[in-house]
Amino acid sequence: MAPRRRGTLRGPWVGIVPFAVYVLLFLGLPLYEVLYGAITTSGGSLTWYNFSQTFSQPEYRADFISSLKISLETALIGGFFGFWLACAVVTASPRSPLRRIVGSGSAVLAYFAGVPLAFAWIATLGRFGELTKLLQHIGINLNNTSFTISSLSGVELAYISFQVPLMVLLVTPALEGLRPEWREAATGLGASSFGYIRHVAAPVLAPAVIGAVLLLFGNAFAAYATAYALVGDTVQLVPGTIQQLLSGNVLVDENGIGLALGVEMIVVIALVMIGYAILQRRAGRWLQ
Amino acid sequence: MWRVTILVLAAIYFLGPIASSIRFSLVQSNGKDGFGNYTQVLHDATLAHALATSLELAGLTTAILLVLMLPTVVWVRLRLPRVALLVETVSVLPIVIPPIVMGAGLASLQLHAGSQIDSLLFSSPLTALTPFYVILALPFAYRSLDVGVRAIDLRTLVDAARSLGAGWVTMITRVILPNVRTAVLTAASLAIALVLAEVVISELLLYDTFPVELANQGQENAGVAVALSVLSLVITWLLLFAITFVGNRGSRGRVGRLL
Repeated sequence: MAPRRRGTLRGPWVGIVPFAVYVLLFLGLPLYEVLYGAITTSGGSLTWYNFSQTFSQPEYRADFISSLKISLETALIGGFFGFWLACAVVTASPRSPLRRIVGSGSAVLAYFAGVPLAFAWIATLGRFGELTKLLQHIGINLNNTSFTISSLSGVELAYISFQVPLMVLLVTPALEGLRPEWREAATGLGASSFGYIRHVAAPVLAPAVIGAVLLLFGNAFAAYATAYALVGDTVQLVPGTIQQLLSGNVLVDENGIGLALGVEMIVVIALVMIGYAILQRRAGRWLQ
Repeated sequence: MWRVTILVLAAIYFLGPIASSIRFSLVQSNGKDGFGNYTQVLHDATLAHALATSLELAGLTTAILLVLMLPTVVWVRLRLPRVALLVETVSVLPIVIPPIVMGAGLASLQLHAGSQIDSLLFSSPLTALTPFYVILALPFAYRSLDVGVRAIDLRTLVDAARSLGAGWVTMITRVILPNVRTAVLTAASLAIALVLAEVVISELLLYDTFPVELANQGQENAGVAVALSVLSLVITWLLLFAITFVGNRGSRGRVGRLL
């Protein structure tokens, strides 16, 4: 009996042990630290203090509100322009230079731009930026207005430049899934171009598009690198506050508040991802 | 017509800042035009050191990621299809965790860890950051490797390799790997790009990686920071642009879709 049992243990499950152990250790450990630190005092007893602070202190509430606001606005604006950019590009063949350039360029900006993107905007619209100088020539002095690239609206402008590319990446597969036969069938049945969009394309695309905008929201909510490079950790967004609370120059007790903010960020993004997954499933009914 | 309008607007919005950056970066700190800001990285020991650290991190992260994930993906497809969804879900899970929260967890771990773990893990950026960068790269790696492995006739390859007497390691390295090299290259490029861009965790844990040093340069020497940003964007873009050309084994279209 014993050898056979050993045989089953060495069976298929053994192959995913390295993966399971790795994830448990290096994803589980930091997550455990965040959760544990958020619900305990520095002495180790259970507390609700950290969470209640994040809800009652106006500064933390303000951070959350501006984080949510910037995420919502950049998701809607980025989603709108990204959708039309994807429509403009998708008709070209996947192997055309246009598609390759837009595709790889979008991936760079959407996933990996972070700090460099911030400096590109500083070079453009910063105090000595090229566009700032150009505008001065024609009599508009940005430095006299309330706009600076290191204000929240500047951060928003920079965020849009990674939200649009992400939207392109997310909706392109859905747009590719629209079959030419559907348009032919609709036209054959007497539908106008508008009728096709209104009754066929829009309903088929809607879940994918809404899901993508939702993901954009989560993306902006989690993002920090660009804002950090533009403003620093004084930026009025949740990640900036978490960095301030955890970078060690404040009281140890406030670590817990930073971790509680972290848990709340995870909850927001988890909700976004669940919504995205549900919408993706709906989108999959017609597309692919 | 609307298509052209959209493309022109997009070109202005995205290429404008790039063009501005190039112009901006060509003005040296002494006020003259030239490539001084670009060659600064060769003269500045701190910058060069940070870049070396980041490149080491990128290499190590990619190596661990591939050694961990390629066998896992193959094994799951071959022997455990019923947990494929679970492994996929776990691999995509890091998307839910913002880098700043991952960093916060690590900062807190460092605070609570005994001196042993502290010196084992946190004494060097390589040991402190690599294990967690692998986690951050899991979603990219899983998706590209899974697409690659799905596109080949895994069962036949494995049976052929086994009947010729190949062990598990030989099979992965000499049979599977050459057949999924497009997917492996995609996963590796994405992991490298991710490590070279990651600033939030390393900044919080006070390690001097390239993006951290880049952000610091911004305060002292904007010209150098902008020049390095241009280089970093262009190099990352070339890397990802190149992989749209690699391999034409039918799986191409789907791998390309990841981008």
